[in-house]
Amino acid sequence: MRLTQGTFSFLPDLTDEQINKQLTYIVSKGLSANVEYTDDPHPRNSYWELWGLPLFDVKDASAVMYEISSCRKAKPNYYVKVNAFDNTRGIESCVMSFIVNRPANEPGFLLQRQDFEGRTMKYSLHSYATEKPEGARY
Amino acid sequence: MSQSVESRTRIKSERYESGVIPYAKMGYWDADYVIKETDILALFRITPQPGVDPIEASAAIAGESSTATWTVVWTDLLTACDLYRAKAYRVDPVPNVADQYFAYIAYDIDLFEEGSIANLTASIIGNVFGFKAVKALRLEDMRMPVAYLKTFQGPATGLIVERERMDKFGRPFLGATVKPKLGLSGKNYGRVVYEGLKGGLDFLKDDENINSQPFMRWRERFLYSMEGVNKASASAGEIKGHYLNVTAATMEDMYERAEFSKEVGSIICMIDLVIGYTAIQSMAIWARKHDMILHLHRAGNSTYSRQKNHGMNFRVICKWMRMAGVDHIHAGTVVGKLEGDPLMIKGFYNTLLESETDINLPQGLFFAQNWASLRKVVPVASGGIHAGQMHQLLDYLGDDVVLQFGGGTIGHPDGIQAGATANRVALESMVMARNEGRNYVAEGPQILRDAAKTCGPLQTALDLWKDISFNYTSTDTADFVETPTANI
Repeated sequence: MRLTQGTFSFLPDLTDEQINKQLTYIVSKGLSANVEYTDDPHPRNSYWELWGLPLFDVKDASAVMYEISSCRKAKPNYYVKVNAFDNTRGIESCVMSFIVNRPANEPGFLLQRQDFEGRTMKYSLHSYATEKPEGARY
Repeated sequence: MSQSVESRTRIKSERYESGVIPYAKMGYWDADYVIKETDILALFRITPQPGVDPIEASAAIAGESSTATWTVVWTDLLTACDLYRAKAYRVDPVPNVADQYFAYIAYDIDLFEEGSIANLTASIIGNVFGFKAVKALRLEDMRMPVAYLKTFQGPATGLIVERERMDKFGRPFLGATVKPKLGLSGKNYGRVVYEGLKGGLDFLKDDENINSQPFMRWRERFLYSMEGVNKASASAGEIKGHYLNVTAATMEDMYERAEFSKEVGSIICMIDLVIGYTAIQSMAIWARKHDMILHLHRAGNSTYSRQKNHGMNFRVICKWMRMAGVDHIHAGTVVGKLEGDPLMIKGFYNTLLESETDINLPQGLFFAQNWASLRKVVPVASGGIHAGQMHQLLDYLGDDVVLQFGGGTIGHPDGIQAGATANRVALESMVMARNEGRNYVAEGPQILRDAAKTCGPLQTALDLWKDISFNYTSTDTADFVETPTANI
């Protein structure tokens, strides 16, 4: 399967040149950016690991690109994403998020069903990769 | 004293002599009125009957929407009546139209019960619309003071929290309405939900008139739809949802359906505008309490919002619904099959999404409005839109919208999944191009063709719908622009 979280996951994987253009957009909008990684891609996993703190007041896309490259180098078989944050009053949240690295093999999720009366069902998603311990998943 | 008691106690003031005196003279017109920060303001478009003075007509509207009746009543003198009289304070002729006037009216905040749309509307659009002194009447806009807004809950979830819950950032949400609207069995219905979501959409949607008919009762729909949602979520590793329409005949039925939608794990449920303002407010409170996103379909609005001379402008509905507390509202597409002038639609979107808006006459915003931190309602663009218009949709509507392609997804010749994928790829490629600083509106068709090189379903969609546009002149247009705006 292909994990399609993030804004550009239905397009072919972004080249570094394409990533750089998106980072330039983030910088031009005065947003801050951070890099996060995980080997637990459950859609309700809200807290991927932080690759350092968000870069506030970043003036140059290359500073973000450098962190992406370092994170990829350290975590080649992890999902890595870039987020942009807007601290404008009334927004104060993430305003952009896209994946910039993914494991070579993505085994996907099992949909677990638990039957209850009246044909009601409790559903849960189970990531096949998380059957192995953290760090040994992909 | 030889006079009778009746003559001795008869009121001597000219203002309160029994009979009929003009509303303007009764105190409902005050050209020097100083607007208070806490006043509720309304702007009406008035078409007076022939021979009726526009100021008198405006005063009459102020009177009939506040304290007046057709004749003088002495019981006014038992109240602080001047405070309770709404004041028409300004009348302007409508540009380029004969015999129509914009009347500005101020209402004291104490005329209205806190937190009640029903009470507000019982005054503002209560009796006045049938008033004989005007040939036609339209409520164009309102200014809600901060003090009054703070008595309303506002959107149960709001745009920002919805994005965080859905984990979708920096692009419009994508949706589709299940078609055919009526007739599918529960199992077949859930198939459409599954296919659309698996193909790449964020939301599927019940249509406004799907409730609990003989061909499919509501529990069937809820159970099968949630199977579709969860299966699709597992295939993509993404949060997805389906708006379960809980509209029903009674509040008790609606609560029962809403509770069940929560029990089966839905993150969003849906109501129709026709359930009424009080029911909408009740559902918004329920939705906030249960962490449920609340979608509102504006079923019925065009019966009173479309014609320019009578009824009410949709932007007023937008304001009331933001106060009432819905999270989504259908607010026009510009390029689709339903009514929508580009500038008017922009005004609706700004009303739903901005924290503050200034006066903007071309967009139909007659008052500056501070939203007092009420959350943002997500506008929904639905009706006759397709992937080939993606550059125009992104340009007109921006990121903060649900783009909803019903026919444009389900009508795809290669199936619903293919239709959904075409829309998602078209959207992502257009957002990417915009962020890269390209002139995506002009280059839109080329950007889509390039994206279609690696996405067969998009190529098919572009070929199929290349000539489809709905280029009709809108009926509800701005009065303050030199030339009418085109729809394309």
